[in-house]
Amino acid sequence: MAISSKRITINLLLIAAVASIPIVEKFVPLGLHISDPMTDVFVYAILGLGLNILTGFTGLLNLGVAAFAAIGAYVFAISTCEIYPFQLGFWSALGLTMAAGALAGFALGAPTLRVRGDYLAIVTLGFGEIVKDVLVNMDSITKGTQGINPLPPPTLFGHELSGSGQYWLFMVIVLVVATGARSLERSRIGRGWISIREDELASRAMGIRPDHAKMLAFATCASLAALAGALTASRLSSSGEPGNYDFQISILALCIVIVGGIGSVRGVLLGALVMVGMNSIVLVKLTELMGGSDAAPPAALAEAHGLQWAFLFVKTWAQNVLISPTNWKFLVFGLALVLMMIFRPEGILPARGAKEDAPDGDEGPGGVAGGVTGGGASPVAAKELRP
Amino acid sequence: MQQSVAAAEFLAACALSRVDAVGAFARDGLLSSQEVFTQQLVTGLSNGMIIALIAIGYTMVYGIIELINFAHGDLCMLGAYFALTVVGALGVDQWAGTGGIMGLVMVLVGTAAFCGSLNWSINRLAYRPLRKASKLSLLVSAIGASFILVNLGLFWGGLPMDVFADGTSSAAPKAFPALVSAAPAAQIGDVIYSRTDLLVLCVTLPLMVALTYLVRFTKLGKAMRAVAQNPTGASLMGIDVERVIGASFFIGGSLGGFATVVYSLYNQTVSFQMGYRMGMDAFIAAVLGGIGNLPGAVLGGILIGVIRSMSDGYLEARWTNTVVFGILILILVFRPSGLLGAKLREKV
Repeated sequence: MAISSKRITINLLLIAAVASIPIVEKFVPLGLHISDPMTDVFVYAILGLGLNILTGFTGLLNLGVAAFAAIGAYVFAISTCEIYPFQLGFWSALGLTMAAGALAGFALGAPTLRVRGDYLAIVTLGFGEIVKDVLVNMDSITKGTQGINPLPPPTLFGHELSGSGQYWLFMVIVLVVATGARSLERSRIGRGWISIREDELASRAMGIRPDHAKMLAFATCASLAALAGALTASRLSSSGEPGNYDFQISILALCIVIVGGIGSVRGVLLGALVMVGMNSIVLVKLTELMGGSDAAPPAALAEAHGLQWAFLFVKTWAQNVLISPTNWKFLVFGLALVLMMIFRPEGILPARGAKEDAPDGDEGPGGVAGGVTGGGASPVAAKELRP
Repeated sequence: MQQSVAAAEFLAACALSRVDAVGAFARDGLLSSQEVFTQQLVTGLSNGMIIALIAIGYTMVYGIIELINFAHGDLCMLGAYFALTVVGALGVDQWAGTGGIMGLVMVLVGTAAFCGSLNWSINRLAYRPLRKASKLSLLVSAIGASFILVNLGLFWGGLPMDVFADGTSSAAPKAFPALVSAAPAAQIGDVIYSRTDLLVLCVTLPLMVALTYLVRFTKLGKAMRAVAQNPTGASLMGIDVERVIGASFFIGGSLGGFATVVYSLYNQTVSFQMGYRMGMDAFIAAVLGGIGNLPGAVLGGILIGVIRSMSDGYLEARWTNTVVFGILILILVFRPSGLLGAKLREKV
């Protein structure tokens, strides 16, 4: 498929616009400081692109992608931190992290090949919980809830990068990963993944080995998630505590993929911008604008009566919790998931071919959204309510 | 070394308890470990019965529309907040004697009605529009509903009421007042059977019996079983499938409502994040017993409760979640039909 020059121009303009954010911020003092949260967006974009390979291309729902990010962060931390004997450089540690992530992906993928559909989702969720608990409990190695720090910052040709240097480095990594995902999608491997998503039996008949393809998808997803974890750890100079890599992160990654457009690389990039932007730019800035989120002083509720009491009650309640936009985070995620599923299951920027077939994902999965969400019959027994 | 001795003693105690040797070994060294064991067993059984009641909600919904109702645990969390609000607004914890019992019954029934209606509405708003969509989009929608409920719980915790500590820290766990006196109901040896243990039995057992009756002998139960087996066939026979699905959501939700009140009384704190844990335990229980299978859910709930409390007592509490999730993964990988579920070949 030839890429039109118009599309190339648009892509280049978008990249230039995103790349210029730190420069603009430096010379135009608007006081917005969005280049820091934008770096978060890049990291989540990598996580989302990884999840998109497993969930979008191959149609396997993974609710434990945060666990791979945690594994990445900890492998990176242990291989670079000065309190451990390895002390690798930034890039070699990054390579090791991705290899370890792929290995973890194999470890989860291999035994779960026969588990399908929503059951696979639950297995990955359980895996995520176990990894988190193990990281907390093996505190002799992982320092438990303190996390491992300090870690070296990202380097490039021996120079330590800070602020905008990290911004551009992460942006380039996102571009490399996104381009890689695009070419994977169109390669023999990617077409194999998509055919498994559409119909596993038929793809087997076409000579694709579903087990191999699924394992590869698991490993790629895990490896990219580990990369995202390692980049965050390096940026924050700490592995963070294991509790940071919880179910919410996995769901945020899933939101990114679903809201953006399941199976679509551009969609995932947009999804990361929308969801993470909502989470760490819009809600946070709104909170700052509204003057912090301090709880209200206890109102004179006891003395008030009738309407005045009701007014004071609601006012105090609003001051306690409603006024702080960050308290609306879960509501935004939840509504995004439910509304997208009901009204636009193919996402904001759907993958090619998704839109026409998506609505009738009833039996034979059609299109991308229908395929992903169609997952095939689960091996669940007893379709019967037995008293 | 000491651990292995303890483990051997534990195993011996297990073996001996089967021969029912409480009296004969009273002055033996085994006594203490045996009583610890019994105490853990009592705690585990009580928690297990609560888990079982929640698990029924999962298994009913799964049996009928093949949805893992992810929002069920968080529904129970909101139920706990509702109960806490009722207790705080009416001062139920101050009522004495018969009034106290009446108050408790009122809180139980009110919470059950609240959870049932809420579950019915969630089905209506978030799941019913997706009836024709695939199972995984339904699951994603359920995860979304779960997040919305969690956020509502966070808002609810900010209400400026005494029971919510004036709402100054909406995210903090809240203490649930003891509506049942803490005095032990019975004590045999060193094993204490508390009144909340008794309450758990008094609430869960009749509900399970009632549910069995409903599913097995009433017209609605028959319709539910028919819809579970074949929705199209059932609708051709004149059964209003949507009504039956709605009823199942209502019943499952109200059982969760009963369970959450008892859970809160048993554990004495509630927080807006407790739904995830409650829901996971109950879901694992449902899968362990064979999802879609009602007696399976009860068996699974009891097993999970006992496994949790044994792991707390004999392993280490911090590994308990790992043990439980490990069990979940092992079942899903090796016997996805669960303990009581019939083995069925995969439909293609």
